[in-house]
Amino acid sequence: MCGIVGLFLKDPKLEPALGALLAGMLFPLSERGPDSTGFAVYGNSRDGHSKLTLRGPVGTDFGALAAQITNRLGDVVPVVRRDTHAVVSVPNGQVNEARKILSTIAPEITIVGTGRRMELYKEVGLPSEVANRFELAGMAGTHAIGHTRMATESAVTIDGAHPYSTAPDQCLVHNGSLSNHNSVRRELIRDGITFSTENDTEVAAGYLTWRLRHGMDLNTALQATLKDLDGFYTFVVGTESGFGVLRDPIACKPAVMVETESYVAFGTEYRALVDLPDVEHGRVFEPEPAKVYFWELRH
Amino acid sequence: MTASVNARLFDLERESLRDLNAALHRIGPQATGHWRVLNPKGRHSVAVGLDANVTVEIEGHVGYYCAGMNKSATIIVHGNAGVGVAENMMSGMVHVKGDASQSAGATANGGLLVIDGSAAARCGISLKGADIVVKGSIGHMSAFMAQAGMLAVLGDTGEALGDSIYEARLFVRGKVGSLGSDCVEKKMRDQHRGALHALLKTAGVAGDVDVSDFRRYGSARQLYHFHVDNASAY
Repeated sequence: MCGIVGLFLKDPKLEPALGALLAGMLFPLSERGPDSTGFAVYGNSRDGHSKLTLRGPVGTDFGALAAQITNRLGDVVPVVRRDTHAVVSVPNGQVNEARKILSTIAPEITIVGTGRRMELYKEVGLPSEVANRFELAGMAGTHAIGHTRMATESAVTIDGAHPYSTAPDQCLVHNGSLSNHNSVRRELIRDGITFSTENDTEVAAGYLTWRLRHGMDLNTALQATLKDLDGFYTFVVGTESGFGVLRDPIACKPAVMVETESYVAFGTEYRALVDLPDVEHGRVFEPEPAKVYFWELRH
Repeated sequence: MTASVNARLFDLERESLRDLNAALHRIGPQATGHWRVLNPKGRHSVAVGLDANVTVEIEGHVGYYCAGMNKSATIIVHGNAGVGVAENMMSGMVHVKGDASQSAGATANGGLLVIDGSAAARCGISLKGADIVVKGSIGHMSAFMAQAGMLAVLGDTGEALGDSIYEARLFVRGKVGSLGSDCVEKKMRDQHRGALHALLKTAGVAGDVDVSDFRRYGSARQLYHFHVDNASAY
């Protein structure tokens, strides 16, 4: 089970509505994944700065935390709080310093994702609850991916929630299960990729990060997964400038896409796409097995 | 849209899917008539388990298992169909005007499934006697373990066509990605051309294509009979 969605806007006029459209895609997939929900939104960026999406225990005073980081970095660190998560913005050169400070002053905080544009939110709960808690409907951006999880291979925890991000502005959602993730994880760890969970999907994200780090483009990296990752998967991948889709050669997991002049959208089921604007005039198609689909921003 | 004046309208935005299926079950096997279903919006199990000589037109895309277990009815989908359209159909006709997802016509026992677009993987898997005509192409592992019935494809097929096939008859006009285990090309004789022509005629495409453009595939019958040379494998 599980439900995954992705939305890539071609028409900038739709950008303010990105979050609302994504929320509308996630809700119909509640039955496929009632355990946890997550999404990554590629929104605005600030020159020379990176966003860190933080997750803390309920009641975390993110404002005070940002003030402490500000004190140590000597540069004002803006913070936007959303329920258990908050996004802080730090100069690119100080990301590692900010990580160190956080691990010292607030070890209970998890850095869920970093990037120039990516913000990443995930929580245990139904899509409607999680989307409301994070006020997804108010988020703007160019593209976004999301996931509703029905836990099968590990517990119902935030650690098991998608998307997984293993490098700045890169993240991945997955429908399926990988069978060789332990051996691939061991090899990737040897080559410097770090993992924070035992989850199979995080290995797929780490694998792509590893391939990109070694100079492959996303298209070629996705091709390579067909050879190196064993199991069932439909992946939807987000990068700073694009959005990709890949199904395994057997294509057990369902997938449907629609493309109009204004956007490209992916859903595990067509139900996820029905409320998108003008969807009835879009080209609805099923992505072919073992074929990489990729869209990049032009504007 | 082929609206009928006397069609009974059923709007799934206003009435529940369960009410639609219950109403279609209540009319009984002697019923005739015309139904139009609006706003399917990818819902699963639209018009399943029918047993009546009615026509049901569905205006839009449907989700999984549309027209499953169909008996006698004619079901027309003006859109795409999700996984398992006409699964285990017994008789009647299902016509998808768009594309179909995986496992179209799976295990269908009788009747006719026509897909105007293409069908994805596993089309006609375990086919048990129904006929399927796909005007576009079909995906991999189609007609896997297909036992009886005909599958005619005007376009191409994916890999492993007819793997472990029993006695279903396959006709392909385009390119075959690859043949599955125990599936072989067979000579197209007059009787096969005749049967194919009759099928294409029922599907309304006999005038559009020439039966001599098709190749025939079927079982080599090496796999499903016990073979003494394979005894050590058991």
